[in-house]
Amino acid sequence: MSQPLSSVETPAVGLHTLRFELNGAPREVQVPGHRRLIDLLRDDLGLTGTKEGCSVGVCGACSVLVDDQVVSACLLPAAYVDGARVVTIEGLAPDDAHLSPLQDAFIRHGGFQCGICTPGQIITATALLRQHPHPSAEQVKAWMMGNLCRCTGYYKIVDSVLAAAEMGTTPVPREAVGITTD
Amino acid sequence: MQPFELHQPATLDEVFALLEAEPDETHLMAGGTSLMLLLQLGLVEPKRVVALRRLDGNLRAIRRVPDGGLEVGALASHRQAELSDEVQAYCPALAATFGHVATVRIRNQATVGGNLAHADPAQDPPPMLIALGASVAVQSRSGQRSLPLEDLFVDYLTTTLQPGEVLTSIRLPALAPGTRATYEKFLPRTQDDYATVSVAASLRLDADGRCQDVRVALGGVAGVPLLARPVADALRGQTLTDARVAEAAALVTDLVDPPDDARGSPAYKRRMARVWTERALRRLRDADGAQP
Repeated sequence: MSQPLSSVETPAVGLHTLRFELNGAPREVQVPGHRRLIDLLRDDLGLTGTKEGCSVGVCGACSVLVDDQVVSACLLPAAYVDGARVVTIEGLAPDDAHLSPLQDAFIRHGGFQCGICTPGQIITATALLRQHPHPSAEQVKAWMMGNLCRCTGYYKIVDSVLAAAEMGTTPVPREAVGITTD
Repeated sequence: MQPFELHQPATLDEVFALLEAEPDETHLMAGGTSLMLLLQLGLVEPKRVVALRRLDGNLRAIRRVPDGGLEVGALASHRQAELSDEVQAYCPALAATFGHVATVRIRNQATVGGNLAHADPAQDPPPMLIALGASVAVQSRSGQRSLPLEDLFVDYLTTTLQPGEVLTSIRLPALAPGTRATYEKFLPRTQDDYATVSVAASLRLDADGRCQDVRVALGGVAGVPLLARPVADALRGQTLTDARVAEAAALVTDLVDPPDDARGSPAYKRRMARVWTERALRRLRDADGAQP
């Protein structure tokens, strides 16, 4: 499947063809070598769930999964995901009628207020729970400390992750937390 | 960010050819966490970036060597080193040091060799690696050389790597039985911060409790990770009384030249360098058993 191309700033800079899996679907795109993954996702592919915060790898707002590892999309050349499996916040629920257990738990346990850091928080927590399905509170803190939040004071984020760990991996209907799907 | 050409060669020979073409206009990139920052800030504006990620998997392997030492491929990630059974078996304090770097997310991406080639003197691994006696292997078209890690660093973001050279692995010597090691990271602000100052040390006592061998290295206190040779010279052969440790630790005061930044004034960091050197040495002296 072909996607809109980013503009090439100078003719000297070659385009790279990337084939990768994005949220479960195969993608083929062309990007210049200096394109960052965050720009490919947001500007070229319209997946604006992933946020750009600090642009220097500190805040965690742009966290995405590449081959199950959480990384900073602001520090990764898009070309690095050629051949990889990429998951963004848009790819966690199986369909529009469901939420992942973490998404559900963040709603139920007040894991966010303004919401801008939430996609990164949930992506990092997803990587954590895949590696440690039943983490201790200390493990949760050690993993989540790289995702800054200026609203919650963090306790509710830790509560949300621990609650999600109790829920297992089965997706939850959106209606269960009062979200209607049009 | 100024546009650049990205090359992703699969062999070191191709890397050397790309480096030879226009050495001043070419930068190497491993994980990307440091170079992408410098590129976005406009601090480097190369025509060409050579990504190393497609090189032979041997460059990311971590293995024990037959003499009891350890070899870490330059492209191994910090996360890989932190969790590696081989690193843990070699020296738990070294594994813990890799775990002190930034966050899980950055450790997934940032490589051990990239960290060293970037030459940020506030980083965590360099002092620990220097305290353990690490050397780095460097390859170029004309062959291979090895140098003690402390000789790699010249100043902030500046190394002795020559045009056309690639840092390919980090080698750690077998640790003599009874060697103890620790990494003390003074972090008064946040857990993911750079150290205000950091102190790494390795120590071996003889049967009578005298200092047989010791190495002390500091981070965040100068333009380079600093091997504090005078401290070691003052302690070797001595019984490590509190007074003698304090006296030796005080020698770092004149060795360091800390930067003035949000983490503190040079005067404050100079004092903290002494305090944490003393703590590191006392901790090792008082540690139970021989586990490094």
